[in-house]
Amino acid sequence: MTMLQTSLSALAAQLAAGQISSRELARQYLDRIAALNPAINAFITVDAEKTLAEAAAADALIAAGRGGPLTGVPVAHKDIFCTDGWLTTCGSKMLSNFVAPYDAHVIQRFKAAGMPSLGKTNMDEFAMGSSNETSHFGAVKNPWDTARVPGGSSGGAAACVAARMAPAATGTDTGGSIRQPAALCGITGLKPTYGLVSRYGMIAFASSLDQAGPMAPSAEDCALLLNVMTGFDPNDSTSLERDKEDYTRDLDRPLAGLRIGLPKEFFAEGLNSDVAAAVEAAVAELKKLGATTVEISLANSQLAIPVYYVLAPAEASSNLSRFDGVRYGYRAPEYADLNDMYSKTRAQGFGAEVKRRILIGAYVLSHGYYDAYYLQAQKIRRLIADDFAAAFKACDVILGPTAPGTAFTLGEKSDDPVEMYLNDLYTIPANLAGLPGMSLPCGFDSKGLPIGLQLVGDYFSEAKMLNVAHQYQRVTDWHARAPEGLR
Amino acid sequence: MSLTPDDVKRIARLARIETSDAEALATQARLNTIFDLIAAMQSVNTDGVAPMAHAQDVTQRLRDDAVTETDRHAAFQAIAPAVENGLYLVPKVIE
Repeated sequence: MTMLQTSLSALAAQLAAGQISSRELARQYLDRIAALNPAINAFITVDAEKTLAEAAAADALIAAGRGGPLTGVPVAHKDIFCTDGWLTTCGSKMLSNFVAPYDAHVIQRFKAAGMPSLGKTNMDEFAMGSSNETSHFGAVKNPWDTARVPGGSSGGAAACVAARMAPAATGTDTGGSIRQPAALCGITGLKPTYGLVSRYGMIAFASSLDQAGPMAPSAEDCALLLNVMTGFDPNDSTSLERDKEDYTRDLDRPLAGLRIGLPKEFFAEGLNSDVAAAVEAAVAELKKLGATTVEISLANSQLAIPVYYVLAPAEASSNLSRFDGVRYGYRAPEYADLNDMYSKTRAQGFGAEVKRRILIGAYVLSHGYYDAYYLQAQKIRRLIADDFAAAFKACDVILGPTAPGTAFTLGEKSDDPVEMYLNDLYTIPANLAGLPGMSLPCGFDSKGLPIGLQLVGDYFSEAKMLNVAHQYQRVTDWHARAPEGLR
Repeated sequence: MSLTPDDVKRIARLARIETSDAEALATQARLNTIFDLIAAMQSVNTDGVAPMAHAQDVTQRLRDDAVTETDRHAAFQAIAPAVENGLYLVPKVIE
């Protein structure tokens, strides 16, 4: 277990010093994946030959003295990122035969950094879900209790890191899909400010909300990964042209004088008492480090779920119209004419939750309903963003729970879409505003399941959020704990 | 507001998703619980609020009018369901 419990910076140091090769490291993780994945189902595709070839190339870079900060450290990629020559399914039957002919920008960056891919991780179909149960490739099991869900949609990513099948993973977050599974699996995950990470080659769900980010045991790991992932990309029209930042620069700053905003709406009815207690204990810990707290209000945040379930399906209904059985992916075996081919292909290729969201989107955008639904949702989206802007006048970072509860059992909420949607109550507001958010472990409930703490920062304040998280992780060890019995 | 099974079939037609009567009935119930959730939006006064389409107030970039793509049609068509002579094949559209 020792190597598998090592931080990214320590792994990189051992690689640079020649104490271990990237191939040996990749082999250790591949062995662990082979042993544990049948029970966890975190990976859709593993290709040891490709992984080891990439690791050999990383070893050559290191030997030539041309390695970067994380060269040779392997990562697992969510199956939403197009990866040249790898099956890229997005968790759907629709793309179950799709071998991507190019690399997503995020994949290009990891390749340029010399970081081998350990494989493609399982996810809710087209990233639509909060439990990973909508995947065409079967549910992922939570490594802390395999009768429970890992959260979603980046459930495979969170579970593989929690089970130490990978030292780190990529995820994407449209309404909480990095933060909620990170919370339910006891790891750290960060959704950056919208526009920091290129969406090129990341299969689109809701383009105005989708953002990729890192998932790993610690905040320090996430800071190093963010250095790899961020940067301007002309291939994404919403990619921001900004100077490159070093997200590790503020990790060691003391927290004296930090003003933490506690939104009263995030501690109201509906929050599990174990989660509330753990979050309050974390606040006390941060106060010991010199932080002060101030109560704030995000009054319109209670409208975030209704707004999200208009905007995200509207964008999805447009984005998913590209899956028509003509250019790639699944095509129905039998059909009468062109329209019948489209309709049967989409009826057979999409799962129930994806179809529901496409139908909602088609409806709210249809003639006569646009103003009442889509336009009204966009206006309330502004009100939600304005609440955050007002709050950041009084505080440096906002803190609350990531999810209202801990990991639920498989099947518990899969028959009730609304009950499932409520899981993202605290995470969706940051997506609507485009703000960075992160989840970090802050304790366990009475059943021994991990609890996540959420930080939401102002635009481009990732370094500050990582600073807060890192200082908290220096005095606590929740993030270092791994599930027992997975050896 | 409540959707009828006919509404569901109409939207499904717009979205090009074949839906049987039985599926429309089951979907209708689920969609209505979701629309009940969305209804909370309707009572909010948004007079004078500018709709927010994107998180960042940035304008679309312009690029030079130059060819930047290479010809990769062979790689892209290798993964298509049906191709002939560099063309995607679909059922006959024009009689």
